Amino acid sequence: MSESLTTVDTAKKLGILPEEFEKIKEKLGRAPNFTELCAYSGMWSEHCSYKNSIKWLKTLPKEGPHMLAKAGEENAGLVAIGEGLACAFKIESHNHPSAIEPYQGAATGVGGINRDIFTMGARPIAQLNSLRFGNIDSDRTKWIMRGVVKGIGNYGNSFGIPTVGGEVFFDDAFEQNPLVNAMSVGIVKEGKTISATSYGVGNPIYIVGSATGKDGIGGAAFASGDLTEDSAKDLPAVQVGDPFQEKLLLEASLEVIASGAVVGMQDMGAAGIICSTAEMSAKGQHGMKIYLDKVPTRQAGMQPYELLLSESQERMLVVVIKGQESIIEKIFDKWDLPCANIGEVTAGEKLEFYFEGEMVADLYADHLVLGGGAPQYDREYKEPAYYAEAKKFDANSIPQPKDYKEVARFLISHPNIASKRWIYNQYDSMVGTVNMSTNEPSDAAIVNLKDSNKALAVTVDCNSRYVQADPEIGTMIAVSEAARNIVCSGGVPSAITNCLNFGNPYNPEAYWQFVGAIKGMSAACLKFSTPVTGGNVSFYNQCKVGDKVVPVFPTPTIGMLGIVEDKKHQTGIGFKQAGDHIYILGNVFVDCINSSEYLYSYCQVKNTPAPNFNLEEEYQLHQLVKDLIRSKVIQSAHDVSDGGLICNLLESGFVRQKGFEINQTMDGRKDAFLFGEAQGRVVVSVSPDQIKSFTEVVKKHTLFAESLGIVTNGEVKVDKDNWGHIGDFEKKYLNSIEEKLN
Amino acid sequence: MKFGVITFPGSNCDQDMIYVLKNVMGCQVANLWHKDHDLQGCDFIVLPGGFSYGDYLRSGAIARFSPIMQEVITFAGKGGYVMGICNGFQILTESGLLPGALLHNDHQKFNCKNVYLQVQTTNSLVTSAYQKGDVIKIPIAHGEGRYFADEKTLQSIVDHDQILFKYCDAQGNITPESNPTPDFNPNGSTMNIAGITNSNRNVFGMMPHPERAADENLKNTDGKKLFESILQKVLA
Repeated sequence: MSESLTTVDTAKKLGILPEEFEKIKEKLGRAPNFTELCAYSGMWSEHCSYKNSIKWLKTLPKEGPHMLAKAGEENAGLVAIGEGLACAFKIESHNHPSAIEPYQGAATGVGGINRDIFTMGARPIAQLNSLRFGNIDSDRTKWIMRGVVKGIGNYGNSFGIPTVGGEVFFDDAFEQNPLVNAMSVGIVKEGKTISATSYGVGNPIYIVGSATGKDGIGGAAFASGDLTEDSAKDLPAVQVGDPFQEKLLLEASLEVIASGAVVGMQDMGAAGIICSTAEMSAKGQHGMKIYLDKVPTRQAGMQPYELLLSESQERMLVVVIKGQESIIEKIFDKWDLPCANIGEVTAGEKLEFYFEGEMVADLYADHLVLGGGAPQYDREYKEPAYYAEAKKFDANSIPQPKDYKEVARFLISHPNIASKRWIYNQYDSMVGTVNMSTNEPSDAAIVNLKDSNKALAVTVDCNSRYVQADPEIGTMIAVSEAARNIVCSGGVPSAITNCLNFGNPYNPEAYWQFVGAIKGMSAACLKFSTPVTGGNVSFYNQCKVGDKVVPVFPTPTIGMLGIVEDKKHQTGIGFKQAGDHIYILGNVFVDCINSSEYLYSYCQVKNTPAPNFNLEEEYQLHQLVKDLIRSKVIQSAHDVSDGGLICNLLESGFVRQKGFEINQTMDGRKDAFLFGEAQGRVVVSVSPDQIKSFTEVVKKHTLFAESLGIVTNGEVKVDKDNWGHIGDFEKKYLNSIEEKLN
Repeated sequence: MKFGVITFPGSNCDQDMIYVLKNVMGCQVANLWHKDHDLQGCDFIVLPGGFSYGDYLRSGAIARFSPIMQEVITFAGKGGYVMGICNGFQILTESGLLPGALLHNDHQKFNCKNVYLQVQTTNSLVTSAYQKGDVIKIPIAHGEGRYFADEKTLQSIVDHDQILFKYCDAQGNITPESNPTPDFNPNGSTMNIAGITNSNRNVFGMMPHPERAADENLKNTDGKKLFESILQKVLA
């Protein structure tokens, strides 16, 4: 190699710590050259190595009866769903790119997560997303939001996979640093998946899909640093997406996998070619010789390090069985996609990269990857002062509101609760003809498995405010809410994927939030038997404003998969018939307004503990709801969450323009009854002829069912007060976000 | 009757259409490939929704030059049945098989939701099983669906009873053009036009997706009658 060797100063500039530089020198027996150092910079970045999170991630429950591929084993988790089918699903963040270039940042997030699914041989059938923005009234937020929504829409719509669910949350905490988490769910026949591996000496290696350009170089390192005012200068680190290429790549990849000519396949995401070659080689315990000048490029004059690190989208690395080259070349020709043989599998563990006849990098695959030589750190953590402060909150200091109806109108039109149709109408939610929730809205989205008796129930959930209030309890609530949504829709929770959005891991208070979240997630996932199948960690979600560093609310987004074992179990949130009785299930006597939208936004009291929550009662509630649905004794089920009971009832009314007449029968604060967000509660409606059997089923369980009142033909009455027609509330609910953005 | 559903690169409703024709309606279906010149003896050609060739230019502008479209144009010229849904409708107007054009939605955004359509004529192969004035709920999903034609063309379409569907509200009200509202007219289409046929009544185009409203699992089968119309008329 003729390239000169680097020093620790260059390493620092690339984000490599001095002790990490020493580790590299020790392994190579010399200092790395610049190209090699770039390879390490990508692979040992937080984004690829999980160096500051892996020790804690290892403590998450990964075992479950349905697991086919556990966390970290493949590009996405794989769960058996019965009838010979398996489901691959994963969630991933694209926060930093979306903060700088909202449209491309969000679009490529959608592209990347879908490639993780189809690189395994699974066909994506549903997408979800979880978005957090700043104040909806600020121009910056509107700019980010318009771009993100258009980016997700244009990419996903063209790619042709329906967006079936999601969540959107607004808070000043996300003003500079939005969170954009995208999830994809795919289906594959059990045993027909393909691994991200490489073996078989002499097997040819292909790069397929889009040509490689200079976009996204250093993206992984970019995502692994603080977002600052200077971040806009990193614009070339944001990739550019082409959903049409992705659609062709999807069809071609699935055809190639079905041909049986493939040893292994991996999409090119963060850290591009170096990441795919290293991870596949390490997994298959073989080496590779790669000729970088054979990579099809978009522009002339690309340097070896640029070819190694480019994060150009819509590309795959494919290891093919020697002698079967023509099979895959023919398939890619059919789909008009570039496909180039760039190297071969070798014995040993070396990754050798050549450029114009010369070796430019001589590396060890295993030393580069997570689980191999990549560093793993323990980080210190410390309880922040605000946590103890919040515990001092006394609800008695909050006077009861004068006008409850006015509070209800405030909440139902608050951006965190109001209809997100301005957003989701820009997504194709029905392509694929599998969305069973379009015409029967439910707490989780129900996705049809055609020609099967079963369906999937999928949801993404996290209330960042609860996690900020108490990371451990808040995260238990996130898992519980996801499970509750699935149970209320008629499904059985199966497994989760997570997207852990936190601040700087070197900040002990931010790391304390991360540790608490992991502990809470473990406890809740064990309780619901929903193992963690994988996901991603996004640190450094914070912004320097002036000289102050403000972290975002910690947000461990939970993407949960559930199985609807019989499509007849599907249950909607909508009230069906006037005269049906309304019951609230669960711990109904709790007097709690902590961390509610009411307390936070209406009363403007920001720092309070997480809402009341009990994991065991939550679990019992799910058993009760499941039993009620299977016994066919309820008409609707909807969990009480953001905005409390009143928003729950209004949402159930909107579906068929039904109202309700309810009374507070239990003692306690009326604001807590109507607007409190105590967890572990579900509202169900029961037709008069079902009441007897309903009561019998409830008796078999440990929890209460408290009668609240009845469904009406549109009139809303609370404690005898006439609040008008459901349609008036619906107008506010539907239009409040649109009015701000149109 | 044998149906042929074309797959262009970027088509993404082709498999949905095949599923409905084959699994719901029990018909014989061939999946036709854009690079081929063979219509495989099909009696009824469907151009499905999607983003053919990425639709980075005008929607449908590239697809009309594909090899298979040369055969479709010849086939339609001889009176063969052709139907385009969404992107398929855009391809048909681009190829000149249907009059008018489909412009960007007036609000400039992609829009996916259930809309209501009023059946304007039963004098067509695809609407014969409906009653005139029927209101049906069918989903839309498009960014470029605003139907436009010059006045002369419009007059001719009206005179020859070529409008198949108009956008309306749930009760079947059609807003006056002077006061369009998104609840009634989701994209600003001229005269609320959602679907048309040609003057020979063998080519059909519509922006809404009937194949998304034909499976009982999805709890809306208002679109199924469109397929039943085709089969009934052919059997009769």
